[in-house]
Amino acid sequence: MRYISNTPAQQKEMLGVIGATSIEDLLVRIPAKARLSRPLNLPSAMAEMDLVRHLRGIAAQNASAEDFACFLGAGSYDHSVPSPINHLISRGEFFTAYTPYQPEASQGTLRSIFEYQTMIAELTGMDVANASLYDGGSSLAEGVLMAHAVTGRDGIVLSRGVNPLYRQVVETYVEGPSLRITSAPLADGITDGDALKKAVTEKTAAVVVQYPNFFGCLEDVKGAAEVAHAAGALLIVVADPVNLGLLEPPGALGADLVVGEGQGLGVPMSFGGPNLGVFAAKQELVRRMPGRLVGATVDLDGRRGFVLTLQTREQHIRREKATSNICTNVALCALMATIYVSIMGKRGIRKVGELSVAKAHYAATAFSKVPGVRLRFGSPFFKEFTLQLPKAPDRVVKRLAKERILAGLPLKPFDRQYKDCLLVAVTEKRTRDEIDAYAAALAVAVA
Amino acid sequence: MAQVPADLKYTREHEWAKVEGDRARIGITAFAQEQLGDVVFVELPKVGAKVTAAQTFGVVESVKAVSDLFAPLTGEVVETNAELVKKPETVNSDPYGQGWMIVVKLANPKELDGLLSAADYEQLVAGAGH
Repeated sequence: MRYISNTPAQQKEMLGVIGATSIEDLLVRIPAKARLSRPLNLPSAMAEMDLVRHLRGIAAQNASAEDFACFLGAGSYDHSVPSPINHLISRGEFFTAYTPYQPEASQGTLRSIFEYQTMIAELTGMDVANASLYDGGSSLAEGVLMAHAVTGRDGIVLSRGVNPLYRQVVETYVEGPSLRITSAPLADGITDGDALKKAVTEKTAAVVVQYPNFFGCLEDVKGAAEVAHAAGALLIVVADPVNLGLLEPPGALGADLVVGEGQGLGVPMSFGGPNLGVFAAKQELVRRMPGRLVGATVDLDGRRGFVLTLQTREQHIRREKATSNICTNVALCALMATIYVSIMGKRGIRKVGELSVAKAHYAATAFSKVPGVRLRFGSPFFKEFTLQLPKAPDRVVKRLAKERILAGLPLKPFDRQYKDCLLVAVTEKRTRDEIDAYAAALAVAVA
Repeated sequence: MAQVPADLKYTREHEWAKVEGDRARIGITAFAQEQLGDVVFVELPKVGAKVTAAQTFGVVESVKAVSDLFAPLTGEVVETNAELVKKPETVNSDPYGQGWMIVVKLANPKELDGLLSAADYEQLVAGAGH
């Protein structure tokens, strides 16, 4: 497709065909008072080198994880992105954002998606993963809709430990089918088991927990699975696959669906997207899955090949009865994840988890030694934890930004009861020097 | 011309029903399976489920299309053909025999009067097809 604007001569020709003399003729039906009578107030065009200088100046006002020690998480994490990823995804054969329109002609792309699906299935401990969805929030919302379709029930029990932004996405998605959401409260940072039992009924389609949850704490996934299954509901676990080299896979703990944000698998944070929606399920649920699925098969001569499979679930065949209106995947981000997992291998991913956990616990100990600062919850945590501060967290964040430290996420906008809390994430990239500098700056900020 | 057994009742959506006492065995017609092509998957209700005449009770999927299955009659499902899970192609090879789908205990036998006879159905499919 060409993006070349038409010439005055071409415009005149086109206008002539429809019997108009000027573009102004096409606009006469718009009332004069609704139209702008002067040109837009825009600066004149810049030369390329001036424009680059101008944009660089604007970009420099951002606080990038390149220049700051990043302790921000809450769904997007500053994990290391090995340099081969960028080189490989830039190859012309791979550089596309979508599943191809003539998929079987793009065997390389299908192969890479097939490998991605296999890796996600292995990490999550599930039988089958799709080619990816947009992000963690939309993956969860699709999982909720799928649980409704599978069970024919309308109730969704969402733990308050699930990322509040994901909970908002779910609320938006379930408005159409009128599903009822019940919140399961927390006790000391994890889903309250007794309250969960009370919330789950014979009308519950799915129980949703996050592991580790929004506050960083490790949920009792097995316990939640028992409660869900006893009521005939599905268990949906929101998980970050980069943690699953070390944590037990949700599939082994009783999850029926595993969804989540896969950005940690070699996808740069990019100020919040594009992200990678992970979606994996048990085999018996495969025909209800949303999104694209790549399958391996053999051709007439018995040679291995790849196809888009089970397409009868999808909109172009099943129309309004499709399992979902997702018709693509985030192919480029899924490719980044595939390359990442290939480079890191089993041991590498496990090491990322081990280093993140060790550094997070070192940081939590150091920060809670600062007078007035304590860990908000006593439950075990993974790479993220919740601090309670003696001073307003948003002010503390501003103070530490002056030391080139992104201190974390103040929780006040999400829940008033955590107005004195700060969510802190620590990945394998953080150094002891950075953590010690944070502790020192925190001591000054809250003194 | 697809086979249309004289002893069965039919729907406009190409299901057949065979009365067996107070029950009816239900499947799709030879014409339906021809139109669908190779059947690769059949989704059926569970035993004990209630089906309602003219409402969907399952899904049949072929390599080129997916179709809803419409219940010819109202009642409770008392049997389902588990063999179709393993061998969905039976719907193609023997649509009126081994390819049956469910058996329903009839809630309202009068509904049978509303179904098409073999002759009516034959006329319907004569005007359809490719």
